[in-house]
Amino acid sequence: MRAFSVHTGRALPLDRANVDTDQIVPAEHLRRIERSGYGPFLFGEWRKDPGFVLNRPEYEGATILLAGPNFGGGSSREHAVWALEDAGFRVVIGPSFADIFRNNCFKIGLLPVELPDESVRALMDAVMDDPATEITIDLNELRVSAAVVHESFEIDPYTRWRLLEGLDDIDLTLRYADAIDAFERVRAPRLPSIPRS
Amino acid sequence: MIGPRTLAEKVWERHVVHRAEGEPDLLYVDLHLVHEVTSPQAFEGLRLAGRAVRRPDLTVATMDHNVPTVAGPVDPISRTQMETLARNCADAGITLFPTGDLGQGIVHVIGPQMGLTQPGLVIVCGDSHTSTHGAFGALAFGIGTSEVEHVLATQTLPQRTPKTMAVTVEGDLPAGVSAKDVILGIIARIGTGGGAGHVIEYRGGAIRSLSMEGRMTICNMSIEGGARAGMVAPDETTFAYLEGRPNAPSGADWEEALEDWRSLPTDDGAMFDSEVEIDASELRPHVSWGTNPAQTVTIDDVVPAPADEASARALAYMDLRPGTAIRDIRPDTVFIGSCTNSRIEDLREAAGVLDGHRVREGLRAMVVPGSMLVKQQAEREGLDRVFVAAGFEWRDAGCSMCLGMNPDQLTPGERCASTSNRNFEGRQGRGGRTHLVSPAVAAATAIAGHFATPEDLER
Repeated sequence: MRAFSVHTGRALPLDRANVDTDQIVPAEHLRRIERSGYGPFLFGEWRKDPGFVLNRPEYEGATILLAGPNFGGGSSREHAVWALEDAGFRVVIGPSFADIFRNNCFKIGLLPVELPDESVRALMDAVMDDPATEITIDLNELRVSAAVVHESFEIDPYTRWRLLEGLDDIDLTLRYADAIDAFERVRAPRLPSIPRS
Repeated sequence: MIGPRTLAEKVWERHVVHRAEGEPDLLYVDLHLVHEVTSPQAFEGLRLAGRAVRRPDLTVATMDHNVPTVAGPVDPISRTQMETLARNCADAGITLFPTGDLGQGIVHVIGPQMGLTQPGLVIVCGDSHTSTHGAFGALAFGIGTSEVEHVLATQTLPQRTPKTMAVTVEGDLPAGVSAKDVILGIIARIGTGGGAGHVIEYRGGAIRSLSMEGRMTICNMSIEGGARAGMVAPDETTFAYLEGRPNAPSGADWEEALEDWRSLPTDDGAMFDSEVEIDASELRPHVSWGTNPAQTVTIDDVVPAPADEASARALAYMDLRPGTAIRDIRPDTVFIGSCTNSRIEDLREAAGVLDGHRVREGLRAMVVPGSMLVKQQAEREGLDRVFVAAGFEWRDAGCSMCLGMNPDQLTPGERCASTSNRNFEGRQGRGGRTHLVSPAVAAATAIAGHFATPEDLER
């Protein structure tokens, strides 16, 4: 996983509520078996509209997505965060995120930052007013800073440590391989299992 | 001494492999369901890291999302994905129910059907509708592909303790109100993000009165209310459903299992982090009008005036005008299927409405059984003949028109009455317009040509 500590960049304001993962990556693009290359499918339908914010030249090169409430609901498709990552995004800032989407972000080192409604609104307005506005997200200090907004955010300390160090979850879990072995030794034999095919 | 605990807390506690201050709990996974879409990158990740599948015997796979539901060629991209799953399962020794196999079907239909879904288990799958399995009193939730890889490698997942929410539905359900209407009513109340961070436990007399299939419909759509998992405490209905199924315990194991399962329901006095109460007697058949599953009204209502920019956008996408009676909206297509409503009881319900009627001329109607065994059972009961005589297409099992990644799709602007779970923009195909309904309303609508209940047909 890619480590994250401090990031400064320009932002793309996606001023819509309840953006679901079917919008982030439409299902037709989920038939691929590759892990990479989903950037061109990001907001696959919406981007067909030339006026869609992602197509506006003033936001080209944005690395921070400003989102509305309940971003990333619906399907568990990790392709949604892969597409954001592949399109160059490192951070998503919004008032709230769907659970599975947030988890998926943490797995690949894309940082979801929850801020109060009014702070997201202020950032959104600032960026729409001046697309060159830079925002800094500091995971060490747990702070978001821009010209108009200086706000702290929360993240559980374990996830923060994992992100700062860029640690792989499977490696971390395998530290407890003995505990998994021990658990399996005492699992009830009546629990269902499928004979090896 | 341990105080009173909820069902979710009990199931959680018995699966903690490792617990340390400041770390998420490491939870053991009893059953990992796998399908073709969210697994290839996980298997590839294992290969790149030189890791093996730890417990192929606790893993089962099927093909459902991108399979065609009629005989014919499969597009090359989908075929590659299906072949990749077959190869990955063969290499790892994982049991796979591929297309053409009688065991094949939607992953959330075949697990319960095989008796693999049991009370007290932790069940995961790279699919958000894994919440379905919570109907048995299992803790079941959807995961992303990185987590699929993690479970394949370790049979565990690091998880933060969720909050608990009680949704209590008391009273008798009025005639014509189905499990689908109950969950749509719940989502309308709590909103699409209302259950975020929570495991929902559905409680109360109206839930207890539902069959296992009705409970599955309810738990299935927990994610549409933002909750990764929804649960119903196991009871005699649960046990009767499970007894005798292929992978259910038998003999002395059955007795031992029963005793264990009876200890799972939430203790009196256990506290939930939040509680919602719903009066069953006030529920009516629901129809969604917008582009998220909380945007619903009852069939007796009209399309609401937009409350904000998001609902104005939804109305524009759906090409609906405020004030239009729901019964005056005329779908082009009716779809009965999906992991929400494709089980035998759903098909019986719809066939019961359709018997002796014809689908309205010009309307396309299809029914897609959730599994090949459901299809076989329906054919034994003659339901296929009712559907075909009414003018429905009778298809093979799969996710079909629920999600727009196989050939069963809406065309731009096409309006569909669908028993599926999501009415997002383009969900059933680019530009398609989805109205979520129950199987009974879907069937009555197919006959009437506009949204209708079975009672409407008798008038």
